[in-house]
Amino acid sequence: MKPLYGMTIHEAHDLLKKREISAVELTRAVLDRINAVEPLIDAYITITAGQAISDAEAADQAISRGDIRPLTGIPLAVKDLICTRGVRTTCASKMLENFTPPYDAAVMTKLNAAGAVMTGKVNMDEFAMGSSTENSAFKITRNPWDLNRVPGGSSGGSAAAVAADMCLGALGSDTGGSIRQPASHCGVVGLKPTYGRVSRFGLVAFASSLDQIGPLAKDITDAAILMDAVSGHDPKDATSVNREVPDYVAGLTRDIKGLTIGIPREYHASEGISPDVQTAIDGAADVFKNLGAQFVEISLPHTQYAVAAYYLIAPAEAGSNLARYDGVKYGFRAADPSGLMDMYCRTRSAGFGPEVQRRIMLGTYALSAGYYDAYYKKASQVRTLIRRDFEKAFKICDIILAPVAPTPAFPIGQNIDDPLAMYLSDIFTLSANLAGIPGLSAPCGFSKDGLPVGMQLLGNFFDEQTLLTAAFQFEQATDIHLKKPQLPAH
Amino acid sequence: MEFEPVIGLEVHAQLKTRTKIFCGCDTAFGAPPNTHVCPVCLGMPGVLPVLNRIVVEYAIKMALATNCDIAPKSRFARKNYFYPDLPKGYQISQYELPIAEGGYVEVDADGGNSRKIGLTRIHMEEDAGKLIHDPDRPHSRVDLNRTGVPLIEIVSEPDIRSPREAGAYLRQLRAILRYLDISDGNMEEGSFRCDANVSVRPAGSDPLGTRTEVKNINSFKFVESALAYEIKRQIAVLEDGGVIIQETRLWDSGRQRTVSMRGKEEAHDYRYFSDPDLVPLVIDDAWIETIRKTLPELPRARKARFVDNFGLPEHDADILTSSKELADYFEACVRQINAPKLVSNWVMGPLLALLNAEGRTIADTPVSPERMAELLALVENGTISGKIAKTIFDEMVQTGESPEAVVSRKELVQVTDEAALEAIVDRVLAANPSEVESYRGGKTKLMGFFVGQIMKETRGKANPQIVNTLLKNKLG
Ligand SMILES: [Zn+2]
Repeated sequence: MKPLYGMTIHEAHDLLKKREISAVELTRAVLDRINAVEPLIDAYITITAGQAISDAEAADQAISRGDIRPLTGIPLAVKDLICTRGVRTTCASKMLENFTPPYDAAVMTKLNAAGAVMTGKVNMDEFAMGSSTENSAFKITRNPWDLNRVPGGSSGGSAAAVAADMCLGALGSDTGGSIRQPASHCGVVGLKPTYGRVSRFGLVAFASSLDQIGPLAKDITDAAILMDAVSGHDPKDATSVNREVPDYVAGLTRDIKGLTIGIPREYHASEGISPDVQTAIDGAADVFKNLGAQFVEISLPHTQYAVAAYYLIAPAEAGSNLARYDGVKYGFRAADPSGLMDMYCRTRSAGFGPEVQRRIMLGTYALSAGYYDAYYKKASQVRTLIRRDFEKAFKICDIILAPVAPTPAFPIGQNIDDPLAMYLSDIFTLSANLAGIPGLSAPCGFSKDGLPVGMQLLGNFFDEQTLLTAAFQFEQATDIHLKKPQLPAH
Repeated sequence: MEFEPVIGLEVHAQLKTRTKIFCGCDTAFGAPPNTHVCPVCLGMPGVLPVLNRIVVEYAIKMALATNCDIAPKSRFARKNYFYPDLPKGYQISQYELPIAEGGYVEVDADGGNSRKIGLTRIHMEEDAGKLIHDPDRPHSRVDLNRTGVPLIEIVSEPDIRSPREAGAYLRQLRAILRYLDISDGNMEEGSFRCDANVSVRPAGSDPLGTRTEVKNINSFKFVESALAYEIKRQIAVLEDGGVIIQETRLWDSGRQRTVSMRGKEEAHDYRYFSDPDLVPLVIDDAWIETIRKTLPELPRARKARFVDNFGLPEHDADILTSSKELADYFEACVRQINAPKLVSNWVMGPLLALLNAEGRTIADTPVSPERMAELLALVENGTISGKIAKTIFDEMVQTGESPEAVVSRKELVQVTDEAALEAIVDRVLAANPSEVESYRGGKTKLMGFFVGQIMKETRGKANPQIVNTLLKNKLG
């Protein structure tokens, strides 16, 4: 039998249900695993061992009463920009290093009610701005498949923790690919839901019109279990949509014969896609073909403007969202300010890292008088065109198959001084955020160096089910997801 | 050269909803600092605004009452600037797509005609908090109780042509807000704030002159003097061959002048953009019609009715309808005693004088409309004279008694018995033979003396008409 920490959520649930293991045993196994590999991976910012054990005890009591649900007693990691009452929520920023929210994010309320156990808060790019988790103010998280490489970002801590069995599953957030890209780089499943599917209440905002919380998981079933737990309308989030949530797990076993998969002309064999990624995607297409899916070429003509539009809209919103970190009410404040302006300037210069400051400046510029029309307004118009591209595409296909990232995980430090190269690596993921559609990343192969490569499935608005079902059928037909990174045993 | 002032006003009215515009916090004024706050209005990380529907309802009411077009779809926008009383670093307001545009307010213009002052727009926004500066140390404290209290901003066209008209416009707006019961409209407490855009131009010319923005007009008392000062100042500058600088000026009520804020306020670029945390506000006709049905009679309509139905002079109708409560009081009286002008005289006279003297409002009048009507009924039916009625009114205020009780306690019923009065007249004339002689010799002014003597004898209770008739007969 594999070690407890190596279990998927549904495997552990079966054992808990049969009372073969206790939630406390399971949680201890995961906490021990964290202790053993954290020095190598650096995935966690805060480990909440004490709380985890007492939550596990509560879960065991619930189980002994016969009250067991899919997440009861399951140890999960949470990206450190999802507010957790009583547990500091840093956003990997010096600005919020000691900030402890007096409230839970809506998703935490749901996970707590579902009986889940939180092992801690995991690393990320500061305020989710980045694609490598190198922009954390506290630590650089390493890719469990190659410790010299980045785990991707911004939910790099979540992806690495799942891949290295430092939790059974995790929550991340995705603004331009921040769940899907690290999931791809770390060989795990990641799902960015439709905008409005999951409440953003308590998710510290990066770009409010693009942010969504979603799961990172060891397999598709686990991703579906997590989606079942966190989805749904929330009156506290005006942008969350009041629409029925299907039973995602129940829908996984549907047949996908006859499913029409669109291949975007613009993505396929486009320049910049590494041969490793192209080979893996082509291999995935063959698997789908064998499962009875059919393919159709589609066109997303405005996708070429997505990076430009995204890097105007997201920083514009971010500049405004991050204005509240001013040293007045909570968080970091520079010492001995000589006046109000001095307090603002020194607090924000010292509290924010360079990438955050870069994006605040970009965003401020994009919204400035005289530039608004040329930048922010134009970008918003492009966004509408990108959404229309997808609406048109989904008239002739059910889902779209695309790469997640142009290359597998890159070495730590390679792109850190080249923000533009870093921004361009988001090219295949940001369109989904701009359009608001769901996107799923699932392992579909390995590079010749043995690094995981993910495929991206994009779906129609609120059709996460078809993405999960197609990926589940793919998973059943392959064993790619079963391969684990080689970490020292303990 | 003759100059003509051009004035446009921006009014911020605090709406008296129970809770704030984007969270559930209490809006009550005067609580200890930072006790009416929550993570949302404190701008903590990750929290989200949820629009209070009552705020929208109130804004729709105001839009309907001022003849505006209500937008079927409007948006909230962020106005970005840094200040410690603004916890999010932006104010949620409306910018490109406000809830209402293009209405008007009718006011009495100079010269007695009525004029329509155009409204550019009405929009909703959240209030900011307050800074309290420590006088002894280089510290400021922040009170965020007011943060998120709902406001509507009502922006007029530059249609106002005199300080007096500006005053009339503001009073009309305030009256409408109060009739709708959506704002206290209290300028001194800050629930009704006004900024003025002022310029002058050669009389009869079309293009607008350079304007200044006058802020800090924090009392109704100062509206006209602040504007008059600024107009005079601009004319003096122009007549001197100078130019008006576009700037913000603060009204200094102590020195009765406007002062340039130059250097104190930098030119802001607010970087407005749609607030992505709030979805577009959709208002359908059904909602508007439901609200329209709840609108009360508005001040202008009520004033017209008071003139038409009660035959009141414009002046009386204006004062009586200036507040809904006062007009209600008047109508309650008139329902009991059909003597509108008598009621009007008493409400505008003794009652308002008393309320003003004691700093009370009509809401806590010591004399109910029912009692007032009873008192005036006694005057109408001749039981007491007007003069006695005033004495009784004062007693009623003091003791809270009914007018009948005061009358019987003090034996104040008017003497109308002609035989009894004739005896008193005879007695008075007999006691003052030399005055009688002088009167007959032509000193008719002495009539007042005789009346006074008779009133003295009767302690004011003699019916004056009867006394007059008797005296004229006897002396004639
Ligand atoms: Zn609040």
